[in-house]
Amino acid sequence: MIANVPEYSFYAMGGVIGVLVVSTIIQFLLPLKNPDKDYSELRQRITSWWWIIGLLFVFLAVGGTAAIVFFAFISFLALKEFISIVPTRQADRNVVFWAYLSIPFQYYWVAIGWYGMFIIFIPVYMFLLFPMRMVLKGETEGFIKAAGILHWSVMLTVFSVSHVAYLLVLPVNNELAGGVGLVLFLLFMTQFNDVSQYVWGKLFGKHKIIPKVSPNKTWEGFLGGLLTITLVAGFVAPYLTPLTQFQGLIAGILISISGFFGDVVISSVKRDLHIKDSGNLLPGHGGILDRMDSLIYTSPLFFHYIYYLHF
Amino acid sequence: MNRILKVVFVLVIVRPLVLVLLGLNIRDRTKLPLKGPAIIAANHNSHLDTMVLFSLYPLSRVHKLRPVAAADYFLSNRFLAWFSLNVIGIIPISRTGTTNKEDIFTDCHQALDQGDILILFPEGTRGEPEQTSRLKKGIYYLVKDRSDVQIIPVVTHGLGRALPRGEALFVPFNCDVAIGDALTPVSSSNELIKLLSTSYTYLLENCLTYNKLD
Repeated sequence: MIANVPEYSFYAMGGVIGVLVVSTIIQFLLPLKNPDKDYSELRQRITSWWWIIGLLFVFLAVGGTAAIVFFAFISFLALKEFISIVPTRQADRNVVFWAYLSIPFQYYWVAIGWYGMFIIFIPVYMFLLFPMRMVLKGETEGFIKAAGILHWSVMLTVFSVSHVAYLLVLPVNNELAGGVGLVLFLLFMTQFNDVSQYVWGKLFGKHKIIPKVSPNKTWEGFLGGLLTITLVAGFVAPYLTPLTQFQGLIAGILISISGFFGDVVISSVKRDLHIKDSGNLLPGHGGILDRMDSLIYTSPLFFHYIYYLHF
Repeated sequence: MNRILKVVFVLVIVRPLVLVLLGLNIRDRTKLPLKGPAIIAANHNSHLDTMVLFSLYPLSRVHKLRPVAAADYFLSNRFLAWFSLNVIGIIPISRTGTTNKEDIFTDCHQALDQGDILILFPEGTRGEPEQTSRLKKGIYYLVKDRSDVQIIPVVTHGLGRALPRGEALFVPFNCDVAIGDALTPVSSSNELIKLLSTSYTYLLENCLTYNKLD
């Protein structure tokens, strides 16, 4: 343990900070090379990254309840953002309030490690409860749509995201990484997948995958990202997770493919609403959902993959 | 108005509330007038409209913000009156029509003369949530003899979902604030209303929470 963080997880954090420091230096040097270009968005983006990673690492290092409350707060921000961009009925303000209330409950199940409740609370109980509350209000106009939107919002932003927090309370199989290692592995692979798909796409992108949803997504970017993440995940997994090298390669494939779909699913939501960003909480990135889109898909899938194999 | 009370109120209550429980999507913040005399002409859906505008200003300037508010509502009981006048710093205005037309704006003119920034809601009432009511013409009569005052249109959207009129339950929602260009000078009240509504429509179209799904 170094500073309350298991050894390998500590080095992983150090590595991420290192990458961030290098990016920050590059960001300072770029305007010197091309003084005419506007780098303000890049600058904002990197500043936001410092905030995200700084807060995340502080809460992960403190650990315990603090880390779980941190993820609960992320869920709150994400749900708020989602529910604000989709249409809601004025009559459903009460139910939306209940949707927010599901957050402390869901993360409480995480904190006490009650797996059975954690896994059914939102898919079963909230699924049944929201329409019940709506019925009592008596407004039938737009009922189906409203019930669907509300449950989907909570599934995406609370249920999915809470899987990241549950990684922290799983029994420790890899002493040198701890639960923190799993979270770092998942978050790093998910974000690095976004970056690699973008970079491969920029370099070699030609054949569009789903031009109607996301014109910048190409087969070259997707496959390049898939290859990169698979290899990196295979290499990193034995250090940060209980997975073997081979299982790590599969985890990489899983994260890369599901990350891609998380991204385009949220893109479709935004297209449908005719907006480009879901908010502007994170300057240079957009809203919190714009940053977490891939994670919504990768976290439950990665969770169940390792849960099935090792717990 | 007590400047210290207002700064404390904005710092301790307004800003945390707006930042954490609401969350704002701000467009063109730099277009907000930092110096008076100026008028912010905002749409009105919730009491939170004023709070959101307060939160956008540096603490050193908040005492300059003066919401023009209905005397019959905000002075209706002693506590609310004390709070409105001393903490929020409202300029009460009579809606009953009994006050002389010349005198109705005396306090507003005085505030503008000392470089204050007036917050005015041309709809006159919060009305139905998330719908813009008919704009009233008072604002024209306030500025028609002054050449020193800019009118800046501001649109907020989503606050009528968070805390609509007549509801006590606050529900968190992200809200949009869009700030428009200062209105060009006009020669009639109808012209001003037209300019203002065009600006509102345009600003509203750019709000993230104003959805065009249906």
